[in-house]
Amino acid sequence: MNLTRVYAIFIRQFYLIRDNPTRLFQMLVWGTVDIILWGFISKYLTSVAGPGFKFTFVFLGAVLIWDFLGRIMQGITMSFMEDSWARNFLNLFASPLSVSEYMLGLIMTSVFKSVFSFSVLLLVASMIFGFSVTTYGLSILSFLLILFLSGIALGILGVSIMLRWGPIAEWFIWPIPALISPFVGVLYPTSILPQWMQYVGQFLPPSYVFDGLRTIVAGGEFQTTAFLTGIVLALFYIVLAYIVFLRVYRRAVRTGLIVRYSAENIS
Amino acid sequence: MGVSKTMNLNPVLEVVGLKKSYKETVAVDGVSFEVRPNEIVGLLGPNGAGKTTTINMILGVLEPSEGLVRIEGKDIAKKRSEAMARTNFAAVYAQIPGNLTISQNLRIFGLIYGVENLENRINDLIEEFELERFRDAKCGILSSGEQTRVALAKAMLNKPHLLLLDEPTASLDPSTAQIIRRKIKDYARNGSGGVLWTSHNMHEVAEVCDRVLFLSHGKILLEGDPKTLPQKHGKKDLEELFIAVAREPLSLEF
Repeated sequence: MNLTRVYAIFIRQFYLIRDNPTRLFQMLVWGTVDIILWGFISKYLTSVAGPGFKFTFVFLGAVLIWDFLGRIMQGITMSFMEDSWARNFLNLFASPLSVSEYMLGLIMTSVFKSVFSFSVLLLVASMIFGFSVTTYGLSILSFLLILFLSGIALGILGVSIMLRWGPIAEWFIWPIPALISPFVGVLYPTSILPQWMQYVGQFLPPSYVFDGLRTIVAGGEFQTTAFLTGIVLALFYIVLAYIVFLRVYRRAVRTGLIVRYSAENIS
Repeated sequence: MGVSKTMNLNPVLEVVGLKKSYKETVAVDGVSFEVRPNEIVGLLGPNGAGKTTTINMILGVLEPSEGLVRIEGKDIAKKRSEAMARTNFAAVYAQIPGNLTISQNLRIFGLIYGVENLENRINDLIEEFELERFRDAKCGILSSGEQTRVALAKAMLNKPHLLLLDEPTASLDPSTAQIIRRKIKDYARNGSGGVLWTSHNMHEVAEVCDRVLFLSHGKILLEGDPKTLPQKHGKKDLEELFIAVAREPLSLEF
């Protein structure tokens, strides 16, 4: 593993973001819209139901934190798409760069983009709705870690899907977080789900985040076992996604798809 | 430098029994050749002969069905990163990303290739390829000739021991093409690198290459000195020989 080459992948994405406000706008605008929407929904529900239930922390906080997972995932997949759009794969993969260095570079970019945008969105939520992430205590870091690892696993999986089926497959990538969200109980406890959905949810690491957050907001204690289960599952999925990615990459080199990526598929 | 002067040096590139097939189609069929230091070898052949497929296998972005590629003795299937650190390439179909500036792109590829004193090297190459005016211009707004010069500057970044050039002068005007040919000849003569060059410009090949390989239907049909090879096969010049290889390979005098 050569960290200079990892840095090269990161710095390419950094230049792209820094030099074009469109990318910066894309990083912030949809998250801000979500905050405004859910902030006012929470405010309205508080006015109707009274101050007994902390709607802001249950709804706005959950949406903000769920958004973090999507950002990590898209931080990886969007950087991959940038190389796809620029037809840069031949330049990159016909160089000393290894696939693991490339993937680590994408992850590094994603961390940078996600931490930046998450911080800005926290600030917006705090200024407009008085939301403070410290309400969750230090346990928020544990929950964010599970989402961070889950986002990486989904990002690697997303890149694998695009590499396998070509640029058009990006349309499969965007809805992945939305497809997962009903099973992990972002806005409601998983206990209200039908049994089969609860079974599916048990295999998804984010399920251990939102139930945990609601417990803490309600005055309960941090669930160490649930946290560890979430972490182990997320790590398992990262390994699994990376194995899938390696297989897809090797296939792309065997078939020649890596140099004819715009052809979408070569059998 | 003629072929005889390079014969005793260890090859920078060894291609042994290279084959690539896609189901029933054989794109490259058991190709073997070498490129030695200070040597410029022309890989010639009609469209679809297997030149780019061969180059892609040498670059490690296409897995051969059979055979092996060694760069300075390193098997690229086993020591890909080490082999590629000493290699570089420019090809018409591998454009440098258009949404970054010349200096940004060269910096990124310099980091990837582990170039020492990178900023000095970038400045030298920008000057050498007469790109000073465009240093901070996005590559996408450059003319195709200027983009070709950027691709060549990128190809020279790591002072490669093996340089692969797939039609490097295809979009250059005659004057710039001549300058580029001279630079690459100087590079091959004065450094320790070997060059594998594909081109459809036979005058250029005759001027630049020490040796040529004619590829037809995935096989090497002819090999030799571009200055004497046409006469050996009863042809006036390299262009006539190329046309014969492309249209009637069986009619050639062996």
